[in-house]
Amino acid sequence: MKHLLILGAGTAGTMVANRMVKKLPQKEWQVTVVDPDTTHLYQPGLLFLPFGNHEEAELVRPRGATLDDRVEWKQRTVLEIDSQARSVVLDDGERLPYDLLVIASGSRIRPDLTEGLLGDAWQRSVFDFYTLDGAVKLRDALAKFRGGKVVINLVELPIKCPVAPLEFAFLADEFFKRQGIRDEVELTYVTPLDGAFTKPIASKRLGHLLQEKNVKVETEFAVGSVTDHELVSFDERRVPFDLLVTIPTHTGAAFVERSGLGNELAFIPTDKHSLAAKGLDNVFVVGDATDVPASKAGSVAHFEAETLIENLERAATGRALASTFDGHANCFVETGGGKALLIDFNYDVEPLPGKYPLPGLGPFSLLEESKLNHQGKLAFRWIYWNGLLPGKPIPVPAQMSLAGKEQPDAP
Amino acid sequence: MATKTYGGVAVEVDDEGFLKKAAEWTPEVAKAIAAEVGIPTLTEKHWKVLEFARTDTASQGQSPGPRRIVASAGVSMKELYELFPKGPGKLVARVAGVPKPKACL
Repeated sequence: MKHLLILGAGTAGTMVANRMVKKLPQKEWQVTVVDPDTTHLYQPGLLFLPFGNHEEAELVRPRGATLDDRVEWKQRTVLEIDSQARSVVLDDGERLPYDLLVIASGSRIRPDLTEGLLGDAWQRSVFDFYTLDGAVKLRDALAKFRGGKVVINLVELPIKCPVAPLEFAFLADEFFKRQGIRDEVELTYVTPLDGAFTKPIASKRLGHLLQEKNVKVETEFAVGSVTDHELVSFDERRVPFDLLVTIPTHTGAAFVERSGLGNELAFIPTDKHSLAAKGLDNVFVVGDATDVPASKAGSVAHFEAETLIENLERAATGRALASTFDGHANCFVETGGGKALLIDFNYDVEPLPGKYPLPGLGPFSLLEESKLNHQGKLAFRWIYWNGLLPGKPIPVPAQMSLAGKEQPDAP
Repeated sequence: MATKTYGGVAVEVDDEGFLKKAAEWTPEVAKAIAAEVGIPTLTEKHWKVLEFARTDTASQGQSPGPRRIVASAGVSMKELYELFPKGPGKLVARVAGVPKPKACL
């Protein structure tokens, strides 16, 4: 019996497990997934939870329900990867052999890596919304908030869902307006980048949103430490807050850190087109766990999965790998008031205006606010549980297409 | 996109002043760009960071962020901010003649 072993059952790991178990002959291949958590969390919902727009139960499903019956699920933590022996050691010492290994262990927030973030103010006036627990505690704090300085801080890149911090600012503006206290709240977005938007076309089209929503922006601010009421940058600038929403540094999984397989943030060096792990035979990496210069987002994991599944089949049958992943990502960006915009891009092409997925027809508008985009974002949750995770075909091309996009004039 | 002269050499730059062709970079170009962005002298520590940024970009296909520079170039985060004030990721890239570090939006 040959073994396809998948470490991590998040978005990427689950999709790949469910699709490979259908493709690989059951008599020859065992597909096994290792993940210690008993539930699968729909992470895109965490953006809305602090504003009271979702219940926790809607965002969580028992893991067993998300995995094909033929996939073996080991509910354990990985201790280490022994690539010489082609096996993975679990926390209780059990050794799992592999013929093909997929590292899909994701990324996690590390508030411990910023001095002072986990001090007395943690979950009292300092919150994250990138974990279920964090989002729930933030919801409680926002419900009680009566006025003052609310600061949203992006600590450093890369993070999952790079647009979420800005979306949070837009939704916070709407939330405080609904509460009737927007005039008592000062909203500031603090970023280490040189702008809230760094891409020229996006910046031109969307810059007005910040002014309209009265969100102040503090740029080129790299947080060195946090007190219970101030952000302090490495070059001694200070931003005071009454409530801080932090998007902390992200790293790869603990076992990746321990293994020395990852880079300075425990992301694994990965071929950006084939998704093969660099320097390791028969090992692939997918989703947030890679170091490829694509966004860490569910859509990227989905488009990567197309290439990965093709390459797992090729590797299983001794064929050369294909280099087809182009860095494609698309993301809905909530702008408040029941509207959102959509961006679609890849390694080489920045977000451009136009229609998606069908040229002219859309129905989604790129780099433009619309109610339909917002509805699309909300409807996606159903597609996620019922289409994407089970591995049903989703009718959008994995590679980004320029069709339907307005390209800038040649210089 | 335009051509600028740095240290007597004509180089192609984009709208934000980043070199379009890494091969057009020379240490003289670096000194001239540094002076333009408010770094009048490039010390040994500056050069360590710049050299790391160039070799890392060549091998990784993307410019290193501050954390990566600190992990490998032998400077602390505080030092990096003293050498390249305000936005070291961006400033290092400009002086080193490598592309601006990317964000998606």
